[in-house]
Amino acid sequence: MSTRAARIRTPGLGSETTRKWALPAVVIALIVAYPLLIENVSFLDSLFVGRLGIDMDTAFQMATYTMLALGLNIVVGYAGLLDLGYVAFFALGAYTLGWFGSSLFAGQNIHFLDVGNKAIPGIHLSFWVVVPLAGLICAIAGIIIGWPTLRLRGDYLAIVTLGFGEIIPDVFRNGDSIGGHNLTNGVRGVTQLDRPGFGESLNSATGGFLPDRYSSLPDELKPWYYTILIMCLITIFVNLRLRDSKMGRAWIAVREDEIAASAMGVPLMRTKLWAYAIGGVFGGLAGSIYGSFINGIFPTSFSFQISVIVLVMVIVGGMGNVWGVIVGASLISWLNFTGLGKLGSLLNDAIPGTTHDVEITKYKYGLFGFLLIMMMVFRPEGLIPSARRKAEFKEGDEAYLYDVSTE
Amino acid sequence: MATADTTARPLPTRRLPPPSQLLLWLFGTLLLVATFGWLLREFIDSPSRFIEVSLIGVTNGSIYALVALGYTLVYGIIELINFAHGDNFMIGSFETHSIVTEGAFQLPLYPTTLVLGIPLGTTAVASSSGAQRAYSIAMALLFSMLLCMTINVTIERLGYKPLRNQPRLAPLITAIGFSFLLQNIALIWKNASPQPVPDIFPHGNVISTHGVTYDWGAFIVILITIPLLLVLSWLVRSTKAGKAMRATAQDQDAAGMMGINVDRTISFTFALGGALAGAAGAIYAMYIGNTKFDLGFRLGLFAFTAAVLGGIGNLNGAVLGGVLLGVIAALNDGGFLFNLGARWTNTVIFSLLILILVFKPSGLLGEETPEGQ
Repeated sequence: MSTRAARIRTPGLGSETTRKWALPAVVIALIVAYPLLIENVSFLDSLFVGRLGIDMDTAFQMATYTMLALGLNIVVGYAGLLDLGYVAFFALGAYTLGWFGSSLFAGQNIHFLDVGNKAIPGIHLSFWVVVPLAGLICAIAGIIIGWPTLRLRGDYLAIVTLGFGEIIPDVFRNGDSIGGHNLTNGVRGVTQLDRPGFGESLNSATGGFLPDRYSSLPDELKPWYYTILIMCLITIFVNLRLRDSKMGRAWIAVREDEIAASAMGVPLMRTKLWAYAIGGVFGGLAGSIYGSFINGIFPTSFSFQISVIVLVMVIVGGMGNVWGVIVGASLISWLNFTGLGKLGSLLNDAIPGTTHDVEITKYKYGLFGFLLIMMMVFRPEGLIPSARRKAEFKEGDEAYLYDVSTE
Repeated sequence: MATADTTARPLPTRRLPPPSQLLLWLFGTLLLVATFGWLLREFIDSPSRFIEVSLIGVTNGSIYALVALGYTLVYGIIELINFAHGDNFMIGSFETHSIVTEGAFQLPLYPTTLVLGIPLGTTAVASSSGAQRAYSIAMALLFSMLLCMTINVTIERLGYKPLRNQPRLAPLITAIGFSFLLQNIALIWKNASPQPVPDIFPHGNVISTHGVTYDWGAFIVILITIPLLLVLSWLVRSTKAGKAMRATAQDQDAAGMMGINVDRTISFTFALGGALAGAAGAIYAMYIGNTKFDLGFRLGLFAFTAAVLGGIGNLNGAVLGGVLLGVIAALNDGGFLFNLGARWTNTVIFSLLILILVFKPSGLLGEETPEGQ
């Protein structure tokens, strides 16, 4: 115990706060400036966009997945509830946009502060209303799902969440005729979704700084990038603040020893429900903007693989550590979208001749699987573990994170 | 072979459950009554079709049962949900595809020039002679079982054994990793399209009375399953290795102190589970007539649901759960369950999974464990 305490409070240069925040501040500044850097510095453009494939599109996806991973971090990393169906919230958020920001319900014609064409039928709420609405719906869904199931522990909870992760996309798939109503458009999915925007008056008032309506042209993705970045920063802020709050400490107590926490007066169900619902909120927020960005929501996009990939991001990065999760999420989403392909072509270029060329993306899931196994065998605590979490892992067979009682 | 985690059971409470709990139970009871009422009505409406569909359900269910046994065996002994098990089953069905269509045993990812060349004669098709088809079926079963057994033991040695003292989450994650890996291997081994397997099962009616017919092709599934179950039951109940398994399941440390080689016993359990998955894969490929690289995940989850339904850790429970689940799925496919039809089968099965875990985590035949309370 004493060594752990000593490790946390290693004396360093400068004040504690400066030391702690200097690196994140620099990194965040670089990320914020990223679109400008690659636009103006051709060397950086050829390196990051050309060689590594981080264009604005990929950067947006990376940020979306970072947000998802941070949301899941609350559930898995803080509260220790293994959630294998996180994609359900992502899907629900996206479909919220489908319901309140597209022409899905063509019989209606409701417009509220939206920036699209007023003549288009359907329910069209302002994007800035739909996003919090998606969060709210996911919170409610989280409570409804969590209320009967969160009393389960460990593997059983994982399986229940997995079940929900399978049921919800299935319901969306079959949702084109529920009691004769078309609620989700089934396998054809919802397309032509509303895009964010600030309207003409705000656009002209700010001299074109705030866009009228976001464009989907590949060269004009900067507003999307900054929007998801702001959402990410909010998520990071909430993550950090929650960790140090009364609720956060209760989560960690529940994670470390449920029975002890309960004995100390932590209300188990309420604490877990909060974690599950708050985690769901971020899934929903990310889902709604993601749906708008890719301009199409299909039930097949929300497979178990996404739940697993987001979980892998949390685990590879370091459960419970916000910075670790961000690193894990950006790294893996980059590999997932363009990174593996780019690395593959770099590899192929390095070896002369074309006979040895391998199509590395073909092995993507295999490589992910391999990465997971290697990570768990050699560094189960993740790339940047939180000191507390690391200690839990190092305690060996004494500590069973999820289930103290069975041993 | 039920898990006997009775040591840390929370103290029983005698007071009335809170109103929310009562409401939940009321809902559960109503659902159960409604389901049985509906099924009874459907049965009275068209008894012959109902029975026919149920028989198909039993056939499919026996495949689920074989896979479910693998889950339950592994869960019983090391309390791990072996997510790679369904994909192992899929590899078994791929091997059967190789043996039936190419007449040769193949190792995944090895170029076909390295085929080991089992003398099957030519490839087996529906018009082959009875002896040749029987030989093909036997070889498919044997080699799929051997391959899956080897894979399962290898996975345990590489991925689960080093993590036995880690938090429970760690082996679960490696299991998911192996699941991805096996799927990717299968994808490269064959390809992403469904792999057709020629129909080499015998055909003809076993039963044909009162409008109920049952085909030999389906019956043979049960005929292969039952001896496997008997052998497993004998292995677990009457052999020294089985006794060691049961002891290890109860208490690893104590078993170790009594001179049982715990590592070997766990490997043996994985070998048994793998063999059953291989058999299930072989039967599935030949009975259903095609197989696909991503088949294992969904079917594995169904089988896991079956294991949970019967009571995880309980061998009889896994068989009962498998058959019940097969029947429920078939009835729903046939439109007998609230007129939902096949497209809702996934939802029905996963809802069933959630409902069992919420209302009776110990399953139909399992013992109460503190996990589910």
